[in-house]
Amino acid sequence: MAVKTPRISLAGSGALLLDGAQGAFDDATQELVWAVANAALAFEGVCETVPGMNNLLVLFDPLTTNAQIISEQLNSLWAGTDAHTVTGTHHTIPVSYGGARGEDLAGWAAHCGMPVDDIVRRHAAATYTVAAIGAMPGFPYLSGLEPRLAWARRSSPRLKVAEGAVIIGGAQAGIMPMTAPSGWHIVGHTDVKLFDVQAELPVLLRPGDKIRFTIAGIEG
Amino acid sequence: MIEILTTGLPNTVQDLGRLGHLAMGVSHGGAMDKEALAIANLMLGNDPSAAGIEVALHPFRLRAHVDTAVAITGADCAISVGDRPCPPWWATTIRAGETLALEAPHLGARSYIAFAGGLDLPPIMGSRATDVKGNFGGLAGRGLSRGDRLALKPAQGSLPAGGVGAALEERRGATDGLASAIGLRVLPAAEFDAFTPEAQAAFIGSEWSITNNANRMGYRLSGATLSLASPLELLSHGIVPGTVQVPPSGQPIIQLADANTCGGYPKIATVIEADLWRLAQAPVGARLRFLPVSIGASTEALRASQQRHHDFIAARDRMAGSALASLMKDLSRRRQLGPYPRVAKAPIRYPYSTRASEQADP
Repeated sequence: MAVKTPRISLAGSGALLLDGAQGAFDDATQELVWAVANAALAFEGVCETVPGMNNLLVLFDPLTTNAQIISEQLNSLWAGTDAHTVTGTHHTIPVSYGGARGEDLAGWAAHCGMPVDDIVRRHAAATYTVAAIGAMPGFPYLSGLEPRLAWARRSSPRLKVAEGAVIIGGAQAGIMPMTAPSGWHIVGHTDVKLFDVQAELPVLLRPGDKIRFTIAGIEG
Repeated sequence: MIEILTTGLPNTVQDLGRLGHLAMGVSHGGAMDKEALAIANLMLGNDPSAAGIEVALHPFRLRAHVDTAVAITGADCAISVGDRPCPPWWATTIRAGETLALEAPHLGARSYIAFAGGLDLPPIMGSRATDVKGNFGGLAGRGLSRGDRLALKPAQGSLPAGGVGAALEERRGATDGLASAIGLRVLPAAEFDAFTPEAQAAFIGSEWSITNNANRMGYRLSGATLSLASPLELLSHGIVPGTVQVPPSGQPIIQLADANTCGGYPKIATVIEADLWRLAQAPVGARLRFLPVSIGASTEALRASQQRHHDFIAARDRMAGSALASLMKDLSRRRQLGPYPRVAKAPIRYPYSTRASEQADP
């Protein structure tokens, strides 16, 4: 079902955004995104590929190739690639929900029309997949949020959201690897470190990894 | 060794950026005005990607602890080396114990200081650029503070007496957005058609101003409210510097050098790469206009800006002391002279070296 002609649009003169989304996030489409992201790096003139959530940004040098060539190559790659399942590492992330470091918890529960304890239990019950790493160093875009728990992003982003914040943005979940601006809602906090530039592998999580949140505490 | 005497935290060590790690969430970063830093380096015989200082908050002062050479480009501001005035877009020697001082710009927003040999800092993921968000690169991943000392790598060559200047035709007569609006060429982005016809018309037809929420990550603009034809909640996707996002508030944000690698807000357009320096040099309060262009025109503009690196450095051997002397005399009348000093130009090869420039001269 993922193999349908993707939408490809310009992102400036040196990048194309391939959007394979068919409505809600889809795991099979994401596996195709990972495969195409790897394969497209071999195209002449392609500099970097950036997997997003059911989409792929492809950066190229417009002085050695052009958008039309890359677009055609991406279309045939998308149609002709077999997605493969990535076996990732499993991680457990303890979360303190609510309180000063989870200030949107009550609003989230109200938005979803359920008690705080219920929403926390549901958030911690799911298994999440790291769909993509991006936005900031080591930030995981997590799929697997129960659709009932989705909450549209804030109308205007906060200029500072703390490192370790456990957050919700639309149908996506995430964890802040560093203090930075974000338009997502803050529902809790973890002490697990996701990015360490001194480490041999600076980024803890990789696409395909699985995550479970455990409840370290709930503060209404 | 140089020592920082007067600075602010927005002033950082930068180079041409950290490429190849977007899929780890690491932004390209690097100088906001990459051309200005590259040319400052080229004037000194450095690789264009050598590390220098981006000054976004003036005044800025440093002291040299060794005899070396510096090049200052970017904003048009009063500059002195010891007791000698120096025009912007000029490379000159500085002696141990002398102070380099950059005053508040009267045109433009960011100055770049390159050093003969470049700043000697450990590269992280292939770059010395400061990633303030990630807290790495540059000097301890942070902005510069008073008392910071930075080592220099060995210089590649020496400057002629009187120094050397660069004049970029593209920048002569450039506006800072205060006297008149800055024109930024844009390509439509993925969600352009999802905006109402009124929003599309207002985006192109009206003026925008840069709010004080403006930094290396991006500039928030104020102006007309841009509405989508119907609400749209997108999945997160990779973005490039220059992306113009419209959050539900309807007020656009232009993502810049330190922007997140991915975003989720609808994208109405992308400012073309060749015009990003105009934003780097636009202060808070500057007015902007978006000008739609074709992809062909956008690529041509990029080609032209690369060509400028080949063409627009005044060859060092053309810079006689007399040219500098007459320029110094005119410093007090800089505004009448136009934004940048007029100096002789000679095409040189790229990357720059003294030998190559001698051979390239007809």
